[in-house]
Amino acid sequence: MAIRSFFVPFLLFALCFYSSLTPVLSLYEDQVGLMDWHQQYIGKVKQAVFSTQKTGRRRVIVSTEENVIASLDLRHGEIFWRHLLGSDDVIDGIDIGLGKYVITLSSGGSVLRSWNIPDGQMVWESFLQGPKHSKSLLLVPTNLKIEKDNVIVVFSNGRLHAVSCIDGEVLWNKDFEAESFEAQQVIQPPGSDLIYVIGFAASSQFEMYQINARNGELLKHERATFSSGFLREVSLVSSETVVALDSTGSILLTISFQNGEISFQQTPISNLVEDPSGPAAILPSSVPGIFAIKTNAFTIFIRVIGEGKLEVVEKTNHETTVSNALPISEGQQAFALVQHAGSEIHLAVKISHDWDGNLLKESIKMDQQRGLVHKVFINNYIRTDKSHGFRVLIVMEDHSLLLLQQGAIVWSREDGLASIIDVTASGLPVERDGVSVAKVEHNLFEWLKGHMLKLKGTLMLASPQDVAAIQSMRLKSSEKSKMTRDHNGFRKLLVVLTRAGKLFALHTGDGRIVWSHFLQSLHKSGTCQSPIGLNLYQWQVPHHHAMDENPSVLVISRCGPCSDAPAVLSFVDTYTGKELNSLSLVHGVVQVIPLPYTDSTEQRLHLLIDSDKHAHLYPTTSEALRIFKREFSNIYWYSVEDHNGIIKGHALKCKCTGEVADEFCFDTRDLWSVVFPSESEKIIATVTRKLNEVVHTQAKVVADQDVMYKYISRNLLFVATVAPKGSGEIGSVTPEESWLVAYLIDTVTGRILHRVTHHGAQGPVHAVFSENWVVYHYFNLRAHRYEMSVIEIYDQSRADNKDVWKLVLGKHNLTSPISLFSRPEVITKSQSYFFTHSVKAIAVTSTAKGITSKQLLIGTIGDQVLALDKRFLDPRRSVNPTQAEKEEGIIPLTDSLPIIPQSYVTHALRVEGLRGIVTVPAKLESTTLVFAHGVDLFFTQLAPSKTYDSLTEDFSYALLLLTIVALVAAIFVTWRLSERKELQDKWR
Amino acid sequence: MDTIKVVAAIILTIYLFPFLSFGFQSDELLVDDEEFGLEGAPQPRFPEPTSTRSAPVTTATRKRHSDLDSDSKIEFSLDHAFGDSDFSPAGTFSARIKTWSHGGQTLTKLRFSRNNFTNEEQKKFKNLLESDDFYRIRLPSNVLSPPGRDFIISSVKARCLPREGLDEHFVIHMEGVNVLAVNYGSPGSCSYPRNLKLPVKWSFSSYTVLKNSEQAPRAPIFTEEILGGENGGGEVVQPPERSFWAKYWMYLIPLGLIIMNAITQAMNMPEEQATGQVAGTVQRGPSSAARRR
Repeated sequence: MAIRSFFVPFLLFALCFYSSLTPVLSLYEDQVGLMDWHQQYIGKVKQAVFSTQKTGRRRVIVSTEENVIASLDLRHGEIFWRHLLGSDDVIDGIDIGLGKYVITLSSGGSVLRSWNIPDGQMVWESFLQGPKHSKSLLLVPTNLKIEKDNVIVVFSNGRLHAVSCIDGEVLWNKDFEAESFEAQQVIQPPGSDLIYVIGFAASSQFEMYQINARNGELLKHERATFSSGFLREVSLVSSETVVALDSTGSILLTISFQNGEISFQQTPISNLVEDPSGPAAILPSSVPGIFAIKTNAFTIFIRVIGEGKLEVVEKTNHETTVSNALPISEGQQAFALVQHAGSEIHLAVKISHDWDGNLLKESIKMDQQRGLVHKVFINNYIRTDKSHGFRVLIVMEDHSLLLLQQGAIVWSREDGLASIIDVTASGLPVERDGVSVAKVEHNLFEWLKGHMLKLKGTLMLASPQDVAAIQSMRLKSSEKSKMTRDHNGFRKLLVVLTRAGKLFALHTGDGRIVWSHFLQSLHKSGTCQSPIGLNLYQWQVPHHHAMDENPSVLVISRCGPCSDAPAVLSFVDTYTGKELNSLSLVHGVVQVIPLPYTDSTEQRLHLLIDSDKHAHLYPTTSEALRIFKREFSNIYWYSVEDHNGIIKGHALKCKCTGEVADEFCFDTRDLWSVVFPSESEKIIATVTRKLNEVVHTQAKVVADQDVMYKYISRNLLFVATVAPKGSGEIGSVTPEESWLVAYLIDTVTGRILHRVTHHGAQGPVHAVFSENWVVYHYFNLRAHRYEMSVIEIYDQSRADNKDVWKLVLGKHNLTSPISLFSRPEVITKSQSYFFTHSVKAIAVTSTAKGITSKQLLIGTIGDQVLALDKRFLDPRRSVNPTQAEKEEGIIPLTDSLPIIPQSYVTHALRVEGLRGIVTVPAKLESTTLVFAHGVDLFFTQLAPSKTYDSLTEDFSYALLLLTIVALVAAIFVTWRLSERKELQDKWR
Repeated sequence: MDTIKVVAAIILTIYLFPFLSFGFQSDELLVDDEEFGLEGAPQPRFPEPTSTRSAPVTTATRKRHSDLDSDSKIEFSLDHAFGDSDFSPAGTFSARIKTWSHGGQTLTKLRFSRNNFTNEEQKKFKNLLESDDFYRIRLPSNVLSPPGRDFIISSVKARCLPREGLDEHFVIHMEGVNVLAVNYGSPGSCSYPRNLKLPVKWSFSSYTVLKNSEQAPRAPIFTEEILGGENGGGEVVQPPERSFWAKYWMYLIPLGLIIMNAITQAMNMPEEQATGQVAGTVQRGPSSAARRR
């Protein structure tokens, strides 16, 4: 036993040493997809156009709020191709030109692009300039031609452009210089050569421009004034009539501009409906002859019957969504109407001039977790019996996308996962007797066969078929996607909160959605018009004595964008996805502080700071209060006011002194403040250590047997400030007027422990803080390169504990409690290195005990994740390290950090629109789980020092067995032989 | 005291003279740490953190400009508060402002005079000590136009201050004429749990340090060296000679183990033989006896 206990650490050490020699983490080709998964999403669909040509595959082209243009397969919902435009290149409109190009207008109407539909290649791109900023409108008329060129009409930046569909050349343009003119619609009546631009000027003037589509010549300009003004939204009911609302939202105006003459017809809404209840708004639609308005309680559909007469056709209090009109035959236009009724949705397709007759009426059972229908897009096809069939694409409140056809959901996409706000991990239930364990191998024969295959693979005897068989066997090994906790802690649930307010639990094994829950508090409701999900916290992580409880997460949300809006807390069970409880708070939430204390049921105490600087304790139990009271004077926190450059420290004072007695509310006080001079510094990044980070040892043994003590404090804050001038884009300032200052601030006392200025440096700054070091990334204007710097901070007050005798006699101060009110004796070491890439996110690997060496995970501009060993960012690297330093593992100094192609964690994949990287420790010390999210999701396991504590998954047990059998056989054979020989010897 | 300083300045000037006449002269705004003890107070007993990296250049720059620069004297006050009480004046900092030819201004020669506690303040402070509450101080964030944008506040548990008298330590972080932050507390450690201890003397001994930002070391640039190395060509870097042990440890350890094993076996063998011999004699014993018989 003793031998073993000696041997195991030795082995670990040896393996550690071995792995440190080969820092490159890489993957063989056949290991792709074994431990990692990748999912592609597109985000919430803004606009969809169908491309259903007679030949070729049926597809739908969509533009989304994540700035993605994608072509989806109409049969299965898969992505054919996809392009992610930058975040500053917001898509304003898409359409199809000539049946084979997708035309997109983006960047506030200044970039027009054409993409080839079959393969998504860009055909041309043109830049449209204009005199002023304005609404941008895209119109692709079907049969408007100028000298055989099909024309795209774009109104953007106060200018009307006619662009050739073939090569993107601007054929003509026309300025609308009138200062206050705001275009609302660009209309091209079919079959004519005229273009109408209508809009409002000032607040009460309606303007109409009639333009010759062939050359952009202004034919007519009419204006009419309506004294009480307009709401800015209009609905087009025919090619020469629009409907608008007056500024009070109570009078409907039918504006017709036939033959260039503008005429108004006023109809008060109260004439149409008895109880209009509040101001109305026009729902954007373009169904001929019909428009919809929405009041607080009702959605009202109104038909226009010639000469501005209006007639209510339907008034409903269900949530209703209407699609745009779709021409189906000569003079007939169909549109789709979706209404909610309980757990079903009713889909009706109607012809525009016949409200009462339905072309199609279906009801479809809809998952309540998807919320309301937000958008409807309609498309038709010819059925086998030559009649018209319709399919609709609907976008739900949770941002999912569904295709409905023949009364059923053909496919659905969970595109809410493209906009993840927060991620937390949760364990899976422990395997119990009742829980059935899926058998991996069915019988011995298959088991043996599998291992024989693996053996063949190892000995390079496998044929291509065998290799394929091995691969598929590995992939389907159901072990990794089981719903129970595993010994190594690889199987977990990733609980993610999306921007739509939906919680998803993803299984780390294969990335499938285990459950999803649309939080009640994040549904749009009467009391809360624009709920926003904010954060996700682990509320209860049962272990030890509360094993029977299910773990739960806390979701914090808020009604509306401003910080004093009342907050809502929701508690969700992570095993089942059930909402356990929901608390609507009277106060807002500015800051949430998870405290390092838990009660007897392992519920974590949280302190919520509201906008009046009161602290509120949750959970509101007497036990929690008792625990809290005990630690009352040891609770400190800080707040960053980055708009005015002040960081403040706070502590608790006493019970709230309000009228209502609230035991769980506390007054706070300011303890310290750091005020950055507004003329020279602006806060652009603040980073702290992760709360749940584990540090294995405080001491760091350096070369020549010396010891340095890491300054490990949970209360360190890294702040980066830049010159206010230099906070713009890279290159907007000269190196002389730009600098970056990095601070390490103690958040209990407000002491600045370290402060360093980088002259000629500029943001954006991305930083990561772990143990006693911080790494930050910025741009060096002088060297014209990106740079990464590291600061390590060491504690000097413990430095004299090196004497062994002191340690033996107990005369050291290593176990004495540390007070941050002591004067800190720290030294810092820092170093800068050049780095080739710009960075989207930085994270660091975290393991269960913190023994394994660390790797930085860098989200590069190419949407990949690069693993970089922390040893490359060691401030003690020198040009010629001494022998002792080399043995310690110090790499000789280089000016730039190496980018080793094999160390891309995402190997050949891209996590489009990468926003965040989350690391979760597995139970196995060597391994960490990495989850990268953006528009795409990517998950993998990493072992920064290789898996020194376990055998790899493809370890060939059969080979081992075979060897043992062979050895045993050999022993027997040689024994027999020797015995025989001995016998012969004796007989001699 | 002043004469000593003057002499020191002269010596410094002489010492730095070579730096003035030649060498690189940066026109960058460089910042340095300056520490000046409190008048009448003993010199700080502990080594102050100083930036040594760019020190020669820094001082040279300062000296070069000193002829052109104008000095002016300013004062700003320190306020204090007991627990959550309002702030009241507690002392005055005085310093000289140095205006550089390029427009920058910095503070030098900081002095601090602390007002003694009045009886009432003493009582308040005692209360703080008893309740283990915070003693708070504040400074203006701009010394030219106090209070600037906001006050810089710092606090410390009152029980950290009393020693013989009341010891306090200020590190004022400056950026030009702006105060960024002040690290305030006891000059030494403040052990936890904090015990109630009343000071013997009710007078403050204060240490003040002015601190400006350090310059970050620049990233090393090796491109030229590498190019040079390539041009040099033939020179092959000899791998450093490793010791015998470093080269062959992987053979030596198993060898050692085998030898150890062999030795232990060899140790066991004679023992066994010895016991065998003993047994032999025992066996032989009777036979010899029989012979004798």
